[in-house]
Amino acid sequence: MFEGLSEKLERSFAILKGHGHITEINVAETMKEIRRALLDADVSYKIAKQFTDEVKEKALGQNVLTAVSPSQLIVKIVRDSMAELMGSQKEDINLKGKPTIILIAGLQGSGKTTFSAKLASYLKKKGKHPMMVACDIYRPAAIEQLKVLGEQVGVEVYTEEENKEPVRIAKRSVAYAKDKGYDVVIVDIAGRLAIDNEMMNEISAIKETVKPQETLFVVDSMTGQDAVNTAKTFNDRLDYEGVVLTKLDGDTRGGAALTIKAVVNKPIKFVSIGENMDAIDVFHPDRMSDRILGMGDIVSFVEKAQEQFDEKEAQKLQKRIAKNQFDFNDFLKQIKQIKKMGNVKDLAGMIPGMGKALKDTEIDDDAFKSIEAIIHSMTPFERENPDVMNGSRRKRIALGSGTDVPEVNRLIKQFSETSRMMRMMTSGGGRKMLQTMRNMKNMPNRMKH
Amino acid sequence: MGVLSIFSKEKKEKLDHGLEKTKQSVFSKISKAVVGKSKVDDEVLDNLEEVLVTSDVGVETTLKIIERIEGRVSRDKYLGTSELNQILKEEIANLLQENNALESTGFELPEMDEPYVIMVVGVNGVGKTTTIGKLAYQFKKAGKSVLLGASDTFRAAAVDQLKIWAERARVPFITQGMGADPASVAFDTLKSAISQKVDVVIIDTAGRLHNKVNLMNELGKIKRVMQKVIPDAPHEILLILDASTGQNAIEQAKQFTEVTDVNAIALAKLDGTAKGGVVLGISDQFKIPVKYIGIGEKIEDLQVFNRYEFVDSLFS
Repeated sequence: MFEGLSEKLERSFAILKGHGHITEINVAETMKEIRRALLDADVSYKIAKQFTDEVKEKALGQNVLTAVSPSQLIVKIVRDSMAELMGSQKEDINLKGKPTIILIAGLQGSGKTTFSAKLASYLKKKGKHPMMVACDIYRPAAIEQLKVLGEQVGVEVYTEEENKEPVRIAKRSVAYAKDKGYDVVIVDIAGRLAIDNEMMNEISAIKETVKPQETLFVVDSMTGQDAVNTAKTFNDRLDYEGVVLTKLDGDTRGGAALTIKAVVNKPIKFVSIGENMDAIDVFHPDRMSDRILGMGDIVSFVEKAQEQFDEKEAQKLQKRIAKNQFDFNDFLKQIKQIKKMGNVKDLAGMIPGMGKALKDTEIDDDAFKSIEAIIHSMTPFERENPDVMNGSRRKRIALGSGTDVPEVNRLIKQFSETSRMMRMMTSGGGRKMLQTMRNMKNMPNRMKH
Repeated sequence: MGVLSIFSKEKKEKLDHGLEKTKQSVFSKISKAVVGKSKVDDEVLDNLEEVLVTSDVGVETTLKIIERIEGRVSRDKYLGTSELNQILKEEIANLLQENNALESTGFELPEMDEPYVIMVVGVNGVGKTTTIGKLAYQFKKAGKSVLLGASDTFRAAAVDQLKIWAERARVPFITQGMGADPASVAFDTLKSAISQKVDVVIIDTAGRLHNKVNLMNELGKIKRVMQKVIPDAPHEILLILDASTGQNAIEQAKQFTEVTDVNAIALAKLDGTAKGGVVLGISDQFKIPVKYIGIGEKIEDLQVFNRYEFVDSLFS
């Protein structure tokens, strides 16, 4: 997701290649490129300047030693400085308090309501018992939106449709949550501009009334230079505990991620990707800087896979593979599992080197649609007995799934390859992750647009 | 003041108020940059660069503006700092002028035998539905009959949101509920618009991140289906941009233009601290005029974009 910035940095490092040592002159050009890359990525003007000055200073200081190649040295310095800028370690959400109260604040359209529901879903999965509160009485249908999302993630939404006083709604919701035994209360309030005094007073009042353990500032990661001002003004008023970066799934370069922590000295606690309710991730500053530099984020990838991984299902599957019983039903389940992990391209981007390779490849969320359609068009007997697929069955399946025979053929071939590979791997010691990865790599390949 | 008199004093004040923050900061920075200096030197240009970049103008456009000013400085030999603001204003207005062949004169629409169809597109959370509500209100006020089409059938409660805006603007709207096929809703809306002899149709679409291929292709489908009813529809594809968005807005303009021939832009949320400088970058790269600006949450908080007023408000 940060291909843009990584590529530019790569290019600027390339300028350094071929030079034996770092001098004021050859580093100046690189720094200019880095600075421009950062600005194009919407990093704050001041921070970008500060950052490149710092890197330059360090680079020139190290020049005396000249142990490694200049480009390697600068990569290291840029990487270290970036990690430093973003904070050295991840910070978890504070779930102390009975109940824990989490206040969600931000500008209009930053994605507060969607994030609230994602957070509720995330905490629910962690074994919590969350409730959401609809305090956005201003935006038309905002309450309705939260209610729909609440239903989707199976979390109760506290509303007072006739009440036009957010402070009182918030206050009463906490009492209600206590009464009902909820342990987390997520308060979704209306978006507001930092310069809107009346609205900022309201949010202060809500905060004073419900005394949240966590106030999270939600910011659109596509935000430009204004991110710093907004983050700062909200912080001055609310002294929030953490930042949430939303919509990080575009070609967003996420310059805000680099800046905000430095400017307000508050950790980025979550990143939110896409509209899928599972698309929420804890922010890892150290990994993020690796990502920005195009070094991939394999750790996040593995964790994401593990999170969606059902151990029991996996064992069952393994047994079936060992017994050579792997069939289309299992194949379908695997696809579902991969889909649950989120956008395929985002996932693939986490694998070192893949981000760049996939830049111009379109893998959309529906890459599996026709595969599913084909399998759904098989009879239960066919799904359990992949070997019976003759010509007329294939023709019928193609017709039923709205595809054609060559596509059905491809899928069946792919299936048998996958199942063969899985058998090999299972006998080689159950490398579950690799199986999944291999499936992922194979399947969308034929879906290239 | 103002080239066109359609801006009432009240409206102008509102725009000034919305842009006050912008004006003050840009102006104070430039003033700071030129205080105690008698001519444009590198330091002033550096400061200008900072002003423009921090206003989200973007490095490329900023360099272009600075290059032009440098060109003027070398051409005109001596250039006092008192002239700087004027030159800057001119250069920026020129940037917009070169790209904005179409000059909007108000909430007026071309005279046509068929409904004028506007399809509204943009990424999530930029303010599409809100802008539609405001537009409907303005067209209605200008004496047009308006029909809205709820083709955002995806985002939770999007139809409800449009419904509330339709009620506020007192215009009818067509819906098939959540989850319906957006193209089918658009088709219905146009059919109904023709039979009711409606002047303006505005179609809401779901917010989509511009890198999502299928969703982007869906816009093409909505467009094609509408053309089955009105061959020239949509007459206007209005891309909504959030004024607080940074350089990514350029990418948004690029991608949406590729799939749907965007021919107008509305810049929403210009009432905050964001500078909206992204408009310059986009005007510079694409030949798409900015038609409207959103300057508040109330239904009347939408104005026709006027480049002279805009630049004046920034630098006067």
